[in-house]
Amino acid sequence: MMSATVTTTTDSTSQQDPGVQAERRQPALLNFFSDTWLIFGRQMRLSLRNPAWVIIGLIQPILYLAFFGPLLARIARAGGLGVSASNPYSFFVPGLLIQLGLFGAAFVGFSIIADWRAGVIERFRVTPVSRMALLAGRVLRDMVTLTVQAVVLVLAGLAFGLRAPVGGVLISLGFVAVVAVTLSAVSYSVGLLLKSEDALAPLLNMVMVPLMLLSGIMLPMTLGPHWLRAVAKVTPFGYIINAMRDAFAGHYFNTIMVEGISVSIGMAIICLWLASRVFIKENA
Amino acid sequence: MSIIEAQGLARTFTSRKRKVEAVRGVDLTVSGGEIVGFLGPNGAGKTTTLRMLTTLLRPTAGTATVAGSDLLRDPAGVRRRIGYVPQAIGVTAGGTDPNCTVTEELTIQGRVYRMSANDATVRARLLTDQLDLTGLESRQCKTLSGGQRRRLDIALGLIHSPAVVFLDEPTTGLDPQSRSNLWDHIAGLREKLGTTIFLTTHYLEEADALCDRVMVIDHGKIIAEGVPDDLKRRISGDVVTLSVNGDAGKAQAILADHQGVREISIDGKAIRMTVEHGEEALPGMLRALDEQDITLRSIQLARPTLDDVFLTLTGRSLRDDSPSANGNADESQDSSAQATQSQEGAGPAAGASDRELADVGRTGRR
Repeated sequence: MMSATVTTTTDSTSQQDPGVQAERRQPALLNFFSDTWLIFGRQMRLSLRNPAWVIIGLIQPILYLAFFGPLLARIARAGGLGVSASNPYSFFVPGLLIQLGLFGAAFVGFSIIADWRAGVIERFRVTPVSRMALLAGRVLRDMVTLTVQAVVLVLAGLAFGLRAPVGGVLISLGFVAVVAVTLSAVSYSVGLLLKSEDALAPLLNMVMVPLMLLSGIMLPMTLGPHWLRAVAKVTPFGYIINAMRDAFAGHYFNTIMVEGISVSIGMAIICLWLASRVFIKENA
Repeated sequence: MSIIEAQGLARTFTSRKRKVEAVRGVDLTVSGGEIVGFLGPNGAGKTTTLRMLTTLLRPTAGTATVAGSDLLRDPAGVRRRIGYVPQAIGVTAGGTDPNCTVTEELTIQGRVYRMSANDATVRARLLTDQLDLTGLESRQCKTLSGGQRRRLDIALGLIHSPAVVFLDEPTTGLDPQSRSNLWDHIAGLREKLGTTIFLTTHYLEEADALCDRVMVIDHGKIIAEGVPDDLKRRISGDVVTLSVNGDAGKAQAILADHQGVREISIDGKAIRMTVEHGEEALPGMLRALDEQDITLRSIQLARPTLDDVFLTLTGRSLRDDSPSANGNADESQDSSAQATQSQEGAGPAAGASDRELADVGRTGRR
C-alpha cells in the first residue's frame, strides 16, 4: 500500500510492535490466495458461459496448421528451411503455440476495459478484496484457457504428422503458460491504464506484430540476413521458441533451454511486478 | 457520534499540464443514522469527494475519518466498513457484470468481504428479498430493467451490513416511478437498519424527499449546508407575486421598503418579490397597499425550491448544468473540472419527466 503523503501529523500506529505486523502478514497472504481463487472462479464461470470465444481463439492457429503447415512441410522436406526434414511439424507447431499464446493473451486487455466500464473494477476496489487478486485471478484464468487451447493444438498437430516426446511437449506447454501469464498481465494493466479500446487496439498491433515476426514463428530466423538476426536477438520470443523447438526435438539440457527459461521467467517476473503496480495503485 | 468527518479534503488533477482543482477544501461531518445529500451540478466535485471518502481516490490535501478508520492511514479499514454504490451513468456503470446472475454477483460480493460461502448465500437471499429482487435470482444482469439493476447495485453495497453506505447518483437515469420506489428503499434502510447514508444527487426533488441535511457544492467547495427547509427559508426566502389594478410602479415603491423584502421586480401588472417568512409578511404588505388605495387582482405565495437556493447562492440554476433530455453525455460534462479520473454522471439520463417535475415544483424566479 502506498504511504500517506498528505498528513504530517505524527502517526502513533506506525510504531506497531512487529508481532502484530507478523500476525497480519500471514492472513494477508492467505487472503490473496483465497481472493485469487474467487476471482479466478468468477472469470472462469464467465468464460465457460460463452465458450464460443475459447473456440474462436483456437481457429486461427488450426487454420495455420491446416493451410500453411503443408506448404512449410514441403519446403522443409526439400531442405529449404534448414530444419528437420523428417519432422517439420516439430519446428512449426512450437511457433503456432507461441502465436496462440501471444495473441490469445495479448488481447485480454479489452475485457478489463469492459469490466472497468461496467463499474466492476471500481466496485471491487472499494471492497477489502486484494487488489493483486483482481489481476492474479484473471491471469490465472487466461493461463488455464490458453494451456487447454495449446493442448488441443498439439493434438491437432499430431493428426498432421507431428512427432514429439511427451516430456518436450510438457515443457513447451509450460512455456506457453508462462508467456500467457506475462502477456495477459501486461495487457490487463495497459488496458486499465488506457481505458479505451480505440487506443489499445493499435498499440497492441504495433507491439505484437513486430514481436511475432522477429520471433521466427513461421520461418527460422537463421534464414534471414545478418541485420535481421541482430534485431531478432534483442526481442524475447525468439529465445522461447528456440527452446520449445529443442524440447520438441528432445534436447532438454543445453544453453538454448537455459536461455529460453531465463528469458521467459525473467519477463514474467518483470511484467507481473509492473502489472501489480497498476492494480495496487491508489487511483485507477 | 460522527461517522464521517473530513477536514480540508482537496483534490487537484493535472491534465495536459493544466492544474484543475476539482475539490478545494471540503469540511464535513455526518452523524450516525443521518441521510445526507451532496447537491450540486455536474462537475461540481460531488463524485470526486465521494471517491476520496471511499478510498478510490487519494486526496491531494486534507484528512478524514470514515467509519472509525483514518482514510489515509487505514484505507483497508475504511473499505471493510463502508458500502459504495457507484454511479450508473456516464463513463462507468453501476458495478455489475452483464453476464453474471443476480445471485452470483451477490454471493461473490459477500465472499470478498470474507464471509463464508454459507453466510454469503444467506445474506444474498435476504437482500434479494429486501430489495424486491425475488424471482430474478438466476437472471443475468444484462436482462434486468434499469430499476432492478440499480436495486441490485444497492444490494451489493449492503451485503456486509455496512454502517455507512455511499450512493453516487442513486436514481440518475431511472424513470420517475422507479425513482420514487428507490427512494422508499433508501429511506427504509435507515429506518430498519439505522444505516447512515451519504448520497450525491443533482436532483432537487431527491434531496428534498430523502435527505435530513443537504450540502450544496459548487466549484469544489461547499457553499451551503443545512436542513432543506432551513436552507430554503434562510437563503432564498418565499416568493410572493402580487398583481395589482392600477399603477404597478407605485405599488413596487411601497413594497420595496417593506420589512423582509429582499428582491423585487416588476413584470407588467405583476410584482414579484422574494420575502423572508412570506406568510407573515403578507398581511402587512396588503395593508400597506390598501392604505394607498391600490387594489389587488391576485396573490400568490410560493415556497422556494432547492433550485432557488442554488440560484441565490451561485447566480446559476442547478438545472442549467444537469444533463438535458436529449443532450449528449460529453457535452454536458464539465470536462475541465473533471480531468480523466472522475466521472460526474452525465448522460441522456434526466428524462423530460425530470424537467417537468422540476418545473412543477418550482415557481419561477427568473
